[in-house]
Amino acid sequence: MSIDLGGLTLANPVMVASGCGGTGRELAAYVDLHELGAFVTRTITLNPRAGGPVPRILETPSGLVHAVGLQNPGLEPFLASELPQLVQQGARVVVSIAGTTLGEYAELARRLGRAPGVAAVEVNLSSPDAVASGVLDVREPFHAANVVAAVHRELPRGLPLLAKVRPDLIRVVESARTVLEAGAAAVVVGNALPAAMPDGRPAGLSGPAIRPLALRCVTEVRDALPDAAIVGCGGIADEADARSFLAAGATAVQVGTALLHDPTTAARLARALTTDREVIG
Amino acid sequence: MSPVAEPTTATRTPLHVTGELLATKKVGAYRHLTLVAPGVPERFRPGNFVAVSIGAPGSDTTRLARRAFWIHQVKPVGGYGPTLQLVVEPTGPGSQWLASLAPGARLEVTGPLGRPFALPKEPVSCLLVGEGYAAAPLFPLAERLRERGCAVNLLVAGADEAHLLSALEARRSARAVTVVTRDGSVGLRGEVADVVDDVLGRSQAAVVYAAGPLATLHAVAVAAEAHGAWSQTAVEQPLTCATGLCQGCPVPVVGEDGVARRVRACADGPVLRGDRVRWAELLGEAGEPR
Repeated sequence: MSIDLGGLTLANPVMVASGCGGTGRELAAYVDLHELGAFVTRTITLNPRAGGPVPRILETPSGLVHAVGLQNPGLEPFLASELPQLVQQGARVVVSIAGTTLGEYAELARRLGRAPGVAAVEVNLSSPDAVASGVLDVREPFHAANVVAAVHRELPRGLPLLAKVRPDLIRVVESARTVLEAGAAAVVVGNALPAAMPDGRPAGLSGPAIRPLALRCVTEVRDALPDAAIVGCGGIADEADARSFLAAGATAVQVGTALLHDPTTAARLARALTTDREVIG
Repeated sequence: MSPVAEPTTATRTPLHVTGELLATKKVGAYRHLTLVAPGVPERFRPGNFVAVSIGAPGSDTTRLARRAFWIHQVKPVGGYGPTLQLVVEPTGPGSQWLASLAPGARLEVTGPLGRPFALPKEPVSCLLVGEGYAAAPLFPLAERLRERGCAVNLLVAGADEAHLLSALEARRSARAVTVVTRDGSVGLRGEVADVVDDVLGRSQAAVVYAAGPLATLHAVAVAAEAHGAWSQTAVEQPLTCATGLCQGCPVPVVGEDGVARRVRACADGPVLRGDRVRWAELLGEAGEPR
């Protein structure tokens, strides 16, 4: 019994959220990557990014505040080493991308569209420190839709595009609607909330602290867009959390911060939710 | 024969297990914790560490970020098989919670983590430099080096006697032991940086291993370079996941290809070649204490 997420077929509804699975090699010590619904890579940019200064991640009650600054090796080294390694492990690979211009997004889409083993592309439209990191400012749904359209144009037909929008309750329905109209096959509802490090640097807040808010966003999008394929994301840590998102209308869920605390979480959730679906049919 | 079998590559992947605190002992300013963590000790190599969850397994008060501790010792305890010994300095809420635990407490443990110290192929002279609780991984290293026929020289440092890991047990693996304290309460008065050059010259070491604060590691790397020795530095950064997933612990290095990049202290380190670390940048952006 598999799941159809806007054309992306998943063995179960559990996905690793972008930026929380390392290169895949590290997580593989605790879970067979092919057991997961999908592995979403850290956000890849055209050129390498060194990321921000330390401290990059701090603990807050029920959450983590983080300002990693989208550190990644850039597209070329990713295609040369990280992607083949993920594919070899049988992962269903969704590549998260961000760019500084529409042209960069198009280029990323073009190259990834030809890369063997890419199951889908997730456009990161909701990096909480995007502006500070220097990636394209897509806080306006109109701009986000432009990016989605540019990526969609370049992707081969049949390669699904996921759009990850910010869990901003006021704008989330409008964001979801515009990116779906622009060609997204599914909308990922939820990313870190915009926050600040104690020294004032722009950052994101993730973890159980934002879960109820992310759940509300999923509910609103489901109510407004009954046919949309939705992925719920935000502070999901156990089976009950995942089920509440699925019950609210998400087709799949992404697990992030919980993996940093216990890397076996993804395997446990995947197993629990796979069995469940098989029993129920 | 060593009571713990040398691990093979296949069994080096880390495990996530529920362990049990067997014993806890106050030693100076530190707590030595002895843990049962099934499967972890068997995979241990000196320079590895473990990540521990703060809060009882399954409780609502568990902290999200994990805490990392050097593995100080692996030794068999009757009826339990091999156990792990960690050295904890109670400074923040996480380490204080751990230090306050009573034997019998259950703990979530992930390990062994990180790239360990690389051992020399030839039986050369080695210098091991450790400061504070971070000297912990050097003691099992000393034993491995001695087994390989290496001459082991130890330089152990601390703020004062209470912050000095006992070099007593290491004396049998070491040819020479030098002790430095900042207040002069034991051994020489001063810092590692004041004496490392001299000790290195006397030991004729071909390899220097170091674990301690960043400034100390830097001083050791510089001294090693000056003496034409290899250096292996165990770089500590505050870790969030400790498993290589979050990219929260960057260390600026120069790769073998000459390209500057940032690697992860937890997964690409903690042990890094001293001549590859870009110390000026690292010291400029040192993280907060935990």
